[in-house]
Amino acid sequence: MVAALFTGSLVAILVTVGIVLSLVFETFRFLQIVPLTEFLFNPQWSPQTAIRTDQVGASGVFGAIPLITGTLLISAIALAVAAPIGLFSAIYLAEYANSKTRAVVKPTLELLAGIPTVVYGFFAVLIIAPLLRDGGAWAGLSVSSESALAAGLVMGIMTIPFVSSTADDALIAVPLSLKEGALALGSTRSEAIRQIIIPAALPGITGGLLLAASRAIGETMIVVMAAGLAANLTLNPLEAVTTVTVQIVTLLTGDQEFDSAKTLAAFALGLLLFIVTLILNVIAQHIVKKYREQYD
Amino acid sequence: MTDRLSTKLAARLRKRHRGEKLFRLGGLGAILLAVSFLATLLVSIGVSGYTAFQQTTILLQINLPVDPVNAGYPGLVKKSLREAFPSVSSRRNKKELYRLVSSGAAWEIRNYLTDHPDQAGKTVTVTVTASDDVDMLINGKVSRLDPPQVRRLSDQQVAWIDQIRASGNLKIGFNTNFFFNGDSREPELAGIAAAMAGSFFSLIICLGLAFPLGIMAAIYLEEFASKTRLTSLIEVNINNLAAVPSIVFGLLGLAIFLNFFELPRSAPLVGGMVLALMTLPTIIITGRASLKAVPPSIREAALAIGASKVQSVFHHVLPLALPGVLTGTIIGMARAVGETAPLLMIGMVAFIVDVPKSILEPATALPVQVFLWADAPERAFEERTAATIIVLLVFLMAMNLIAVILRRKFEVRW
Repeated sequence: MVAALFTGSLVAILVTVGIVLSLVFETFRFLQIVPLTEFLFNPQWSPQTAIRTDQVGASGVFGAIPLITGTLLISAIALAVAAPIGLFSAIYLAEYANSKTRAVVKPTLELLAGIPTVVYGFFAVLIIAPLLRDGGAWAGLSVSSESALAAGLVMGIMTIPFVSSTADDALIAVPLSLKEGALALGSTRSEAIRQIIIPAALPGITGGLLLAASRAIGETMIVVMAAGLAANLTLNPLEAVTTVTVQIVTLLTGDQEFDSAKTLAAFALGLLLFIVTLILNVIAQHIVKKYREQYD
Repeated sequence: MTDRLSTKLAARLRKRHRGEKLFRLGGLGAILLAVSFLATLLVSIGVSGYTAFQQTTILLQINLPVDPVNAGYPGLVKKSLREAFPSVSSRRNKKELYRLVSSGAAWEIRNYLTDHPDQAGKTVTVTVTASDDVDMLINGKVSRLDPPQVRRLSDQQVAWIDQIRASGNLKIGFNTNFFFNGDSREPELAGIAAAMAGSFFSLIICLGLAFPLGIMAAIYLEEFASKTRLTSLIEVNINNLAAVPSIVFGLLGLAIFLNFFELPRSAPLVGGMVLALMTLPTIIITGRASLKAVPPSIREAALAIGASKVQSVFHHVLPLALPGVLTGTIIGMARAVGETAPLLMIGMVAFIVDVPKSILEPATALPVQVFLWADAPERAFEERTAATIIVLLVFLMAMNLIAVILRRKFEVRW
């Protein structure tokens, strides 16, 4: 009986092993075709291989730099939206709101995390992108209809609850005595929050921000629908950029042979994504855990 | 001296209180901003999508054929339209006239005849679907004041529509096509039945795999596992799996299930398996939390009257923890219903006309249908995309509501 139960938890290990094995194996095959230095350092990405080998551009160029900068650009925009809104919401909910408001607002904010990401993608295409384009035209700027800004803004809305929930937990977990001590010495509530409570809750807040960043980097549907396909190496948020996840989807949807560098490249990108998000998660968990030990 | 000091202090205090007010307003503003984002999202999708739940239909006088097999049904539709507008003579005008009804009209007449074989040879009134351009004009998505290129209807066609409307032969009804058809290139015929079936099959597979495995793992880790390096490794591993991007699970499914085990592409079976692996960590984590919430006295009481460890867990602890476990499972399932990216990887992104009847047939899922239609060039697909999202969100809300009710009803406070 216990052995049967044990196999249940072994499956969890098997999934991880499966992920790592499949990604590593295919990446290894990819690196036999495309050298690692090209993948990591070439500033050009054009995976379209020609049908005949003697055509121009017969072999694609697989430099992941534009994809990585695109991913980071969109994630940075998302965090620039989610971090302040999420943090301020959490502070208000934890420190100012009465329990009734809290009971209504907290689940409402968490609804944002429950909405499927494909819905956000459609929202970006339907509302945000045209709004930005018209707004840009009005201000005399040319905004691409698949701008990094549109994708980043919508992704930011999606990640608000990831920031606010963890920040809220961290703020609530700060012992009341610290806050009361500050208030007793005559500080205003905002001074107590800024100078006492937030520093005490900082590890938890940082952990939440890292988790939100990892979410943003791995997010797929919003960028597939709202960001572009062209691998532009730019930091201008009004232009179209592409991301790692967008390229994985485009390389692997549709019919194609399985051994080409093109499809194998998707697995190499997947491994890159897995490693980066894993590192972010491990750091986040470590910070949160370390912080917990301080006050419990 | 004291006076000047007190005015200085008062000024500083005012400044500090102003800062306090601003800070508080900042918090309130952030919440209002976030909530207004949510409201904008829901309202814009509602506004864009509600019109897809109704569909314009046109009543046609059709002279039904005697022989249902060799009847040229498209010809019958055209003939009926020509008879309704006898003044239309030129070829170009006729073509425009025919375009008022959907290309699916011929099928609808055929179906009518199969349902009413006794009507063969008679002239009857049959309800046929209007074309998407007519529908957009009727439900107000395009205005008659728009230029013809935008509304995709000529002035002549608009006049005909008015004429049909005046004669009472234009009806607006519930859009059955949307709920009972599969995908189609024609927006007015396209429906979500195939996608709903695909989602349903995937979800069954996902639940059937993830629920027992998740519960087993949760029970083992919480009740039986001793603190060894292996169990702590499993714990760390589960926490990390919960945060792996969903698309990576899709890559796993593609490499292992499709390429290694050679399971069928685009099948709900594989989709469900991938979703199960994704929801497994959620179920394990919530399952452990609810097992942990059962007080040790329950276990000790069972053991004290002679139950074995396994009996104490299965007869006493698990039933008490079950509401929590089920709540976690439903929340995990709700996430799986909305998941798109891993399904794209395993080919559940296809043009599916026929409703799949088994877990091995090619299928798509509701969120994938949203993705597919969001890309479609016809404007009428925009409202259908939004309507699909409404259906999806209603499903999700229902699932979460069940989870909340379950928790309220069975939650035990120790």
